Amino acid sequence: MSKLDKNIDTSTIDTFSCMPDENGHFGLYGGRFVSETLMGPLEELEQAYKKHKDDPEFNAEFISDLKHYVGRPSPLYHAKRWSEQLGGAQIYLKREDLNHTGAHKINNTVGQALLAKRMGKQRVIAETGAGQHGVATATVAARYGMECVVYMGVEDIKRQAINVFRIKLLGATVVPVEAGSKTLKDALNEAMRDWVTYVDKTFYIIGTVAGPHPYPTMVRDFNAVVGREVKEQCLEQVGKLPDTLVACVGGGSNAIGLFHPFLDDKEVSIFGVEAAGGGLSTGKHAAPLSAGKPGVLHGNRTYLMEDDYGQIIETHSISAGLDYPGVGPEHSWLKDTGRANYVSVTDNEAIQAFHDLCQIEGIIPALESSHALAYTSKIAPEMNKNEIIVANLSGRGDKDIQTVATHEGITI
Amino acid sequence: MSRIEACFSAIKKNNKKALIPFLTAGDPSPSITAALMHELVDAGSDIIELGVPFSDPMADGPVIQRASERALAQKTNTDDVFNIVKGFRVKDKVTPVILMGYLNPIEIMGYSTFTEKASEVGVDGLIVVDLPPEESTELQEAIKIHEIDQIFLLSPTTIGDRLSRICDAASGFLYYVSLKGVTGSNQLDTKKVEEKIKEIRTKTTLPLAVGFGIKNAEVAQAVGRISDAVVIGSALVEKIAEYTGNTEDMFEEISSFISSFRKALDSI
Repeated sequence: MSKLDKNIDTSTIDTFSCMPDENGHFGLYGGRFVSETLMGPLEELEQAYKKHKDDPEFNAEFISDLKHYVGRPSPLYHAKRWSEQLGGAQIYLKREDLNHTGAHKINNTVGQALLAKRMGKQRVIAETGAGQHGVATATVAARYGMECVVYMGVEDIKRQAINVFRIKLLGATVVPVEAGSKTLKDALNEAMRDWVTYVDKTFYIIGTVAGPHPYPTMVRDFNAVVGREVKEQCLEQVGKLPDTLVACVGGGSNAIGLFHPFLDDKEVSIFGVEAAGGGLSTGKHAAPLSAGKPGVLHGNRTYLMEDDYGQIIETHSISAGLDYPGVGPEHSWLKDTGRANYVSVTDNEAIQAFHDLCQIEGIIPALESSHALAYTSKIAPEMNKNEIIVANLSGRGDKDIQTVATHEGITI
Repeated sequence: MSRIEACFSAIKKNNKKALIPFLTAGDPSPSITAALMHELVDAGSDIIELGVPFSDPMADGPVIQRASERALAQKTNTDDVFNIVKGFRVKDKVTPVILMGYLNPIEIMGYSTFTEKASEVGVDGLIVVDLPPEESTELQEAIKIHEIDQIFLLSPTTIGDRLSRICDAASGFLYYVSLKGVTGSNQLDTKKVEEKIKEIRTKTTLPLAVGFGIKNAEVAQAVGRISDAVVIGSALVEKIAEYTGNTEDMFEEISSFISSFRKALDSI
């Protein structure tokens, strides 16, 4: 069988949580597709991560910072009124929006910054789309006394002016990226270029479960605290595991963080929700798992949005954080193996869920998370009242109110 | 003997250094790329490195990135690149042509189809920037069948066992990336380059080309003293950009630009 053959005999898979292999492959996906100059530094990073991830001292510092600085554990909140109105399953929201800086992104940046510190790197860089990862990186850089440079597409800078200012307030430099589609993917290209140039003193904090090995694994591991907490909280509050997990998927870090601890609990069904933008049939979307093909971008093999000649095509989503043509390689593997289901909702469906949560539960969700909520509202009515859905409320929506207002023709 | 082997054996016999210019296929337009390649050969180039445009050229600096964008704006696709080489081969059956690009356009066509088409039109080597030897088993199989060399890159961060392994797997020639950074970067330290090249020479007898950061004839001469071949990328692409829309002057300018490098290398 060719290495690139997608047909997988899933009956032979008895565990889904053992990936990746020693070369960073999730089945066909993942790997390390970078220029020669980065091979050495990635090897160094992998060795450092291996060394520290099981080090009790490293873990104690990580857990302590998550507790006292980030504010973990985040609550698992029973959205009773919303569940009642939808008339089906009981919906629980994992409140990552209540973390310091307002999203799950900080779990990973705390972890990577602690690793950078141990590797003796004084300068951290990051790419950002919605600005959440940029904020989370600038935050930990301030906290640990590191120089910080954040790359951001000029299109996103326009959409996320408040986060740009937050990053600057935190003492970091924002570098506008004019190339290509001027969004997240171009910011990632530019951050890679920075890293390759200043690799001796710089640690590149990637914000999602994409990129070359070991990033997809490392970012997943730092975010898996989300799923572990949900497991514990759900058992405590309901006395059983959730029936269904739902999370939005751009690069997919909040989703894998929630899903991973449940991968071998096969009775738990898993849904990753991509951005269908104006609708999959319009081509204006950011849903590589739903409508793309496998390819290689940003250091890993994964599902991509590309044309017939392998050029990456422009994506569209109302949510800047989902506006990315690739997806973490583990999601590609979970899709092919069938362990997780990948679906999509449109901009309008996400906006509707955004309003519903504001008005029914008094929570303003991020537009990214609103995609997970929109799909939750589709499946909840079809389920029994004693069934449990856990949706990852991965971030708060303060940063998005301007976007929502503009979308609805309102001037604030 | 492959065209690459023949080229380097002639270079060695005549005690010369190979001059390898890089240009992006389709920049500024696919219709003049083959003519530009002939001009480069006439001005003294030994091997042509032809960039396959890609939307996300992560290892390239702004100059070559913009060349990719211009080529894609002209709708240059992989089949156009093959046609350019085919057109070039009508007149020139000797000068080796190396395609340099990123993996995704190859992967979507399929390794086997891509290398078969490349071989048919007269491509001699492939540099796939984001495909390290660790991930290239499948491409290696395909290129062996079609007698194309995969040219591997070495960098200042390639050390120890990895360096030996790449030297062992390489064919054609090796390309040393002379600095940490993207194409067109600034600070090239020839002394450091020399040290690394000495180390590489202990691992391989293949010819060694050096590229990244060679901006003028003076630097080319310094690098030529310690290597077998010099790659001129961003500095040439900048000229093409500058004269876009003025083809006649572009050819003249490029001819004198490349001649100056030829002269510098010949007076080593």
